[in-house]
Amino acid sequence: MAGLSIENVTKRFGETNALDKVSIQVADGEFLAVLGPSGCGKTTLLRMIAGFETVSGGRISIGGSDVSTPQMNVPPEKRRVGIVFQNYALWPHMSVAENIGYALKVAGVSRAEREARVKAALALVNMEQYGERRPANLSGGQRQRVALARCLVAEPSLVLFDEPLANLDVHLRASMEDEFADFHKRTGTTILYITHDQAEAMALADRIAVMDHGRLMQLATPRELYHEPANEMVASFISQGMVLPADVLTAEKKGECKVRVLGQELVVRCRPGEKPRRDARICCRASQIEAVKGKGDGFDGSVTRAVYRGGAARIEFEPDGAQQTCLHFDQPDPVSFAAGDRARLRLTSGWLIPAAGEGA
Amino acid sequence: MSLVRKERQGQEMALTAGIVAIIVIFSLLPMARLLQEVVLPGGSFSLDVIRSGLVSNTTWVATWNTLCVGLGGTLFALVMGVAVAVLVSLSDVRHRQAFVLCFVTPLMIAPQVTALAWLQLFGPSSPMLNMLGMAPPIGTPNPLYSPEGIVLLLGIQYAPLVFLIVRAGLRKLPRELVEAAQSSGAGWFTVLRTVILPLMTPSIVGAAALTFVSCVGNFGIPAFLGIPANYLVLPTLIYQRLAGGGPAVLSEVAFLSVLIGVIAMVGIVLQDRISKRRDFRITSTSLPAAPYQLGAWRVPVELGMWALIAVILVLPLLGLILTSLVRGYGVTLSADTATLENYRFVVFEHAAASRAFLNSLYLSAAAAAFAVFAAIPLAYVIAWGKQRWIKALNLAVELPYALPGVVLAIASLLLFLKPMPITGIQIYNTVWIILYAYLARFLVLAVRPTVTGYFQLDRALEEAAQVAGAGLFTRMRTIIFPLIAPAAIAGGLLIFMTALCELTVSALLWSSGSETIGVVIFSFEQGGDSKYAAAVSAIMVATTFLLMLFASLFAKRLPDGVLPWRD
Repeated sequence: MAGLSIENVTKRFGETNALDKVSIQVADGEFLAVLGPSGCGKTTLLRMIAGFETVSGGRISIGGSDVSTPQMNVPPEKRRVGIVFQNYALWPHMSVAENIGYALKVAGVSRAEREARVKAALALVNMEQYGERRPANLSGGQRQRVALARCLVAEPSLVLFDEPLANLDVHLRASMEDEFADFHKRTGTTILYITHDQAEAMALADRIAVMDHGRLMQLATPRELYHEPANEMVASFISQGMVLPADVLTAEKKGECKVRVLGQELVVRCRPGEKPRRDARICCRASQIEAVKGKGDGFDGSVTRAVYRGGAARIEFEPDGAQQTCLHFDQPDPVSFAAGDRARLRLTSGWLIPAAGEGA
Repeated sequence: MSLVRKERQGQEMALTAGIVAIIVIFSLLPMARLLQEVVLPGGSFSLDVIRSGLVSNTTWVATWNTLCVGLGGTLFALVMGVAVAVLVSLSDVRHRQAFVLCFVTPLMIAPQVTALAWLQLFGPSSPMLNMLGMAPPIGTPNPLYSPEGIVLLLGIQYAPLVFLIVRAGLRKLPRELVEAAQSSGAGWFTVLRTVILPLMTPSIVGAAALTFVSCVGNFGIPAFLGIPANYLVLPTLIYQRLAGGGPAVLSEVAFLSVLIGVIAMVGIVLQDRISKRRDFRITSTSLPAAPYQLGAWRVPVELGMWALIAVILVLPLLGLILTSLVRGYGVTLSADTATLENYRFVVFEHAAASRAFLNSLYLSAAAAAFAVFAAIPLAYVIAWGKQRWIKALNLAVELPYALPGVVLAIASLLLFLKPMPITGIQIYNTVWIILYAYLARFLVLAVRPTVTGYFQLDRALEEAAQVAGAGLFTRMRTIIFPLIAPAAIAGGLLIFMTALCELTVSALLWSSGSETIGVVIFSFEQGGDSKYAAAVSAIMVATTFLLMLFASLFAKRLPDGVLPWRD
């Protein structure tokens, strides 16, 4: 077991930068998710760690020794990195046991030891009785378990997951998530998990690296990402956060400051050392918006849409004088808002997004 | 309303009837007639023909020889075809397109032309060896007049076939299956040995079966190389028997041709067995794996590949051209002695040769045109039809081509030896019997690309026309024909190229006045006039190149994989 270090890694395809100076340190035994919309460069990152792509700049090292620099590239077969692919990539001409035992056979492990270790790996993923089956005769979840066992049997220093649940249906996803978490707990393997599904990343990972357009946006724990996004992209990407323009009125005191947003004065959480400034942005969540009865503190506007979702309705709201801004929140039953209604809302809390350039 | 519906049903029935008629006339009838001759000679059940065939020693020798050169040629073609396919598909060699074009070209050249070209390279009269002063003394036999020579040429002729099939398989290999093995610690050669080649089993075995059938049924190469050495295989044995005995020996050669058919079928059945033994289905689709970096080996490998092209394509064609310029036997070729006299002779002077140019032109044009128009409705039913008998239909169309050409030629002979019933028309000993055999044999070459074309079309295009009220024939004419025509015409062009130099069928069916180019080349060579044979062959090779060029011009409008030489 060993950690993974990605330092200033850049990947150029012709003129475009698929990855731009990405640095991530993964601790030994950590479960780190890389999250981002499609095309953000996360798959390229995984392929570089595995050795299928070379780096254009920076370095990647596994367990303290360099594997990728612009000058040299340790070939994939020498890296001791396991991969679980989205489409499982099980070899159809081999049985389940042969698939799992492949790495050992290649390494020249004796037959008896091979059989014992394959058996142990099958047991680890609860597939003991399936050793003689053909991959074609397994369900999607079973195939993914075999793929997991296959990459574990060689005791890799690092396991890469490439959107392993994307091909499974919703129910299976939940149970496989549990299995992955459980598996990580038991083996303590260092895991890098690529996904575009934030719920999955939040449920599994110790820390999440959010990427966009080839850049690392923020690397933090799931809780911190949600409550203290480092920039507008993370704020709006995670759980559909709303980003609103605001003026900072007071300096930070005990992690809070006062801002004016949509004409309302509000105390929000913030980073230490924030000073009063104009043209700032705050992030607020649907749960931090509530309707105001009468003429209390808040702002007026009109309801543009109300979609009943069972037990509550999702209300979309446009404040007066801020036509570009769309707020949304849930109103539990009894739902009283309908499209076209006038209403008065107020924010209860929020997070002051740090000024650009202050880093992740 | 019901009138309209009746008309619709009428059109569909007409389509079905037409297709059934084509299948019966060009596939079922000749095969049935052949079998009848073997087990029901003269109308009553008898095993005499089989018995007398089986006790004959010549039969056994020829069968053994057929198996030897068939297996040898297949093995050689497999090794070369698979190796080249792996290098072209999985490594970072450059100039792929040009290489594939050159490597596949031998497949486009008729086998007897290949044989003739190679013969000109060796032996005492080789103009090239004479120019270099390296020719063996006169009287030394040409080393290619041997079973080894036949195996070598069969391998070169059919390696492109193996290449095309395996390359198509490798293109579908998803990169994850390779990468999973790499990250399991397997080096490149281990991945090739344990993952890539095993996954290619269906392609490789399929290619082996097809090559075996082609080798076993090949007439041109063993005729040019085997007959002078008195090394007979079944097709050449049939030819000799028929040439010597005429229609009297028809029953006997019918048995021999069924024997070839059986050997070919065993090959196909074996292929089916092996492919089904394991699961090779690749279900996921993905990008192809990154090409293997040959590094320092890249230039040597590239040089080796082009050296291969020089040996299998450039040198033989050079030998062919040099021979066609020679003034006479024994005259050493030089700038002073080179002459175009041979070309003038075969084109303008030799009556049979000039007749043959026209005959072959008409025959292949007619076969191609008929096949294009028959293929469009046939492939329509095969690709889009829902009926259960469609699989059988496809098989029936494939059969006359899958079986060696000799089998079909003998079947045609049997069918038309006597005047046709009712009409009393006699087509035996005319050019029409060759046309019939060509139609039956080559139809599938147009049907295959057309079926591929249909699969790539969105059926909604036709359904939209149907909703708009167009009947079946109207849809065929206005919607389907314009969309599918390029694919069908490309198939027609393949037929034209194949039929133009065809020898196997016409060698058994020709008569004075209905010579084909293949027959003329063969007769010249048999009569010792290699220079004339070379001149005719050189003209044909040039024609083939021109046709390939012409077809490539509209390659963009064709479905992928229709033109075999386009990578």
